[in-house]
Amino acid sequence: MKLTSFFSVAAASVLLALPVGARAQDASITVASTTSTEQSGLFGHLLPIFKRASGIDVKVVALGTGQALDVGRRGDADVVFVHDQAAEEKFVAEGFGVRRIPVMYNDFVLIGPSDDPAKSAGKDIVAGLKAVYNAKSAFVSRGDKSGTHAAELRYWKQTALDPATEKASWYRETGSGMGPALNTAAAMNGYILADRGTWLSFKNRQNLKIVVEGDTKLFNQYGVMLVNPAKHAHVKRDAGQKFIDWLVSAEGQAAIASYKIGGEQLFFPNATK
Amino acid sequence: MIADAFLQALALVSSFDPAVMSIVWLSLKVSGAAALIGALIALPLAAWVVQTRSLLREPMIVLLNASLGLPPVIVGLVVYLLLSRTGPMGALGWLFTPAGMIFAQVILVTPIIAALARQVLEDAQQEYQDLFASLALSRWQSLQTLLFETRFSLLVLLLAGFGRAIAEVGAVMMVGGNIAGHTRVMTTAIALETSKGELALALALGLILIFIVLVINIAAHYARQVLRRRYA
Repeated sequence: MKLTSFFSVAAASVLLALPVGARAQDASITVASTTSTEQSGLFGHLLPIFKRASGIDVKVVALGTGQALDVGRRGDADVVFVHDQAAEEKFVAEGFGVRRIPVMYNDFVLIGPSDDPAKSAGKDIVAGLKAVYNAKSAFVSRGDKSGTHAAELRYWKQTALDPATEKASWYRETGSGMGPALNTAAAMNGYILADRGTWLSFKNRQNLKIVVEGDTKLFNQYGVMLVNPAKHAHVKRDAGQKFIDWLVSAEGQAAIASYKIGGEQLFFPNATK
Repeated sequence: MIADAFLQALALVSSFDPAVMSIVWLSLKVSGAAALIGALIALPLAAWVVQTRSLLREPMIVLLNASLGLPPVIVGLVVYLLLSRTGPMGALGWLFTPAGMIFAQVILVTPIIAALARQVLEDAQQEYQDLFASLALSRWQSLQTLLFETRFSLLVLLLAGFGRAIAEVGAVMMVGGNIAGHTRVMTTAIALETSKGELALALALGLILIFIVLVINIAAHYARQVLRRRYA
């Protein structure tokens, strides 16, 4: 093979490979969402149903809530679907989101070693965290500005204890998603706040179990917002709005309710139109 | 766990699981395109460095060698900011697409191919310089001869570039977004399964990835031998 022919073969293959990116632009939207909705398998369940109903392809980028909102701010997604009400309201107030619409909820659970060395078990998250603090048991924090991280910090605030600022040696910020943080907690046999959906679908539990659940404070609301087309003109307003309308429609809400793992429902629809 | 992973890998491969196949195919396309485009940029660059007497020669060599250590996650972040809608290349709409992933990987593989190619060409030049002098070849003519004489070694560089691209996770994760069915490649799928705690499945995907890289290298090795016998 002559060098020139080598290069022409190379160039031809490059040209053949390139259109990969150009295609699939038409009826598709990009949704920035959270690791909890993606890794729990909810989107894998919902999106085929929505596609059948609308013909629209939904491409989900799963990030922490803070990062997902940031992707929306930069105009890199058409819809943001996350779970941190305060941060979402700020996003809308800044003009990046059109309107925040509540879609569904699940709840957070405190996960810990099955022998519960801190004696934190019960129905009270604040008491549970205080017990972990007093026992100086290993605690894994997301530390990634996700919705779950924001919730964890809110609960610590209610205990009036502040291991994050104290830099307590048993309090470990991992700066990672829900799954990787659960893997870390399983390896350290420590405590961790998790959303129930990810916990139910998580396979590497080792010695961990739920120690605190059922506190009304552990309520975890998800909201959806269209990225403001007034800020980012390229936002696919119609297709994005269709997705949002479907999520809060009777059909979409029923689809959310029908997602179960091992017979247990993961997300509870509560859209108020 | 490991035996379990082997069994899962076998099951995935033997059933031609369509989701896995499309992930494998996208990995090959993205990293293959990145290695080819990288070579198209890197080889002329290396040839220029070898023959030039420009003052930029030495800084360029240092720059190329230093960029071998470019962390993929930094490349991912920079390309993310470039391709973001509010970034300078936002109008392309390449963020979260395979085109954007190829773009990021080209930046990662070009220095590797260029740095190694420069070494190969320079070594060959040492070997041939007396001959070139006696034939009174121009610099451009001798460079052409060098590229031709080292063509089989240069093919290996393509593999080196491809190897870095297909094994890389930081840049494709950031720029591609790991979107199921659109931008999910082997490495980001492995990262995802690991975070779901599906360690055996993650390991199974890892085994498939290693196997593919091995097959490509075996094929390239024999292709090189055949080509060499026939043309050298």
